Amino acid sequence: MNIRRCGDQALLVDVGDTGGIDAVLGLYSALSDPRPDGVTELVPAARTLLVRFDPAVIGTGELVELLTGTEPVPAQAMRGELVEIPVYYDGADLAEVGKHTGLGADGVVEMHTAAEYTVAFGGFAPGFGYLTGLHPKLHLPRRATPRTHVPAGAVAIAGEFTGIYPRSSPGGWQLVGRTEVPLWDPARRPPALLRPGTRIRFREVR
Amino acid sequence: MIEVVRPGPLTTVQDLGRPGLAALGVGRSGAADRRSAALANRLVGNLDGAAVLETTFGGLVLRFRQVARVVVTGAPCPIRRGRRGEAMNAPFTVWPGEELTLGAPTSGLRTYVAVRGGIGVDKVLESRSTDLLAGLGPAALSEGDELPIGDDECGPLPSVEVAPVPDPAGFALTVRVMPGPRDDWFTAEALKTFATATYEVTSESNRVGVRLTGPVLERAREGELLSEGMVPGAIQVPPSGLPLVFLADHPVTGGYPVIGVVLTDDLPVMAQARPGQTVSFRLVSADLPAAA
Repeated sequence: MNIRRCGDQALLVDVGDTGGIDAVLGLYSALSDPRPDGVTELVPAARTLLVRFDPAVIGTGELVELLTGTEPVPAQAMRGELVEIPVYYDGADLAEVGKHTGLGADGVVEMHTAAEYTVAFGGFAPGFGYLTGLHPKLHLPRRATPRTHVPAGAVAIAGEFTGIYPRSSPGGWQLVGRTEVPLWDPARRPPALLRPGTRIRFREVR
Repeated sequence: MIEVVRPGPLTTVQDLGRPGLAALGVGRSGAADRRSAALANRLVGNLDGAAVLETTFGGLVLRFRQVARVVVTGAPCPIRRGRRGEAMNAPFTVWPGEELTLGAPTSGLRTYVAVRGGIGVDKVLESRSTDLLAGLGPAALSEGDELPIGDDECGPLPSVEVAPVPDPAGFALTVRVMPGPRDDWFTAEALKTFATATYEVTSESNRVGVRLTGPVLERAREGELLSEGMVPGAIQVPPSGLPLVFLADHPVTGGYPVIGVVLTDDLPVMAQARPGQTVSFRLVSADLPAAA
């Protein structure tokens, strides 16, 4: 674990490739409930956890000590809430993904619905979650040219992740399906259906 | 009630934003120049969390339908209340039917208008801030909008007639920067350039960030950084090699290396930097205290 300064009010904890997403999530879980006094924000990402703090409440040295002394929650102990997402597998890129992987459209659907996913982190838009657990056969690059408009609820894959666009936006992921489940509602508490640690299964609907 | 007669190029409602929600993809947002916004609230006796108006490059005209205690802070600009002139950083009373007009700032970029009681628009996720990147909170003001004056808890009215505010920072800005967290992605030459060169603020700047032009910063390594959390003041260097300083509506995560981060105390200077002004960075130590 490597801790770096990120200005005068944040530290960036880099867990490296060996730790990976599980180590980030483990550290995030250990620190998020309850958040230590003076820690104002935790931002998990693929290899890092950003920790923003209020220097009036906790000193930098004190926080470094706290972080190095924090035992990450082991992956098997982080059984977040399980959410089932019904999906219409009619995405614009489904046929192409089927051809590219050699699985065919049906094979892609079968593989995508077979796995259990975990929200690793968010950040692209409110309510968006990067889901890990995608079968390596479905690891595909982004589209060479991003679409200017991806509809809300689009279920997509890119790299080692799958995810759902919470609202219409530009996007470069491969679209395999869509869901009508509302992912983001500012009036709901919490507003995001998918939060770091949430487990997900996709179920095909026709 | 306050009627928006003219919104100017961009006026938004801002408070302290939405801390603590970054893991859900929601950035903090809030006033870009927090020092000026806080001063405005203090001068009308509001608590720190009250919502104010943040207007970019002046041009705002408001008509008041009720009496209000008002103050203008931030980028200094001519202020008219009806036919009278008013001064910056000096609270005054606006009477029903009067118009308040802010001209173009003589220096700086963002001017703040606070009203005793706060701007009472509806909250989204506990905040009245407009986050232009995430599309959260009230829309930017448009002509004909009606803004309720809030009934936020207030403190006593301060007895000052004018708050002492230092003169604007001048044309050539200098801000202090803590190197890292990804300064090791750049060549020694680039780090030296970064610490000594003068950059110019471009007109592509907004509440998301201040885009700069000047000497290119070369990377020492190939490949892509995996996205990681961002903070206001983070100086990201995209493949163009031209730095960009994040402000209040910055993305929650970003995939370009951050060469350094502007100190929190100097962020208001960045938030007031207008296109054409120059910025240089003065590096301060980023050593971590040794763990006990």
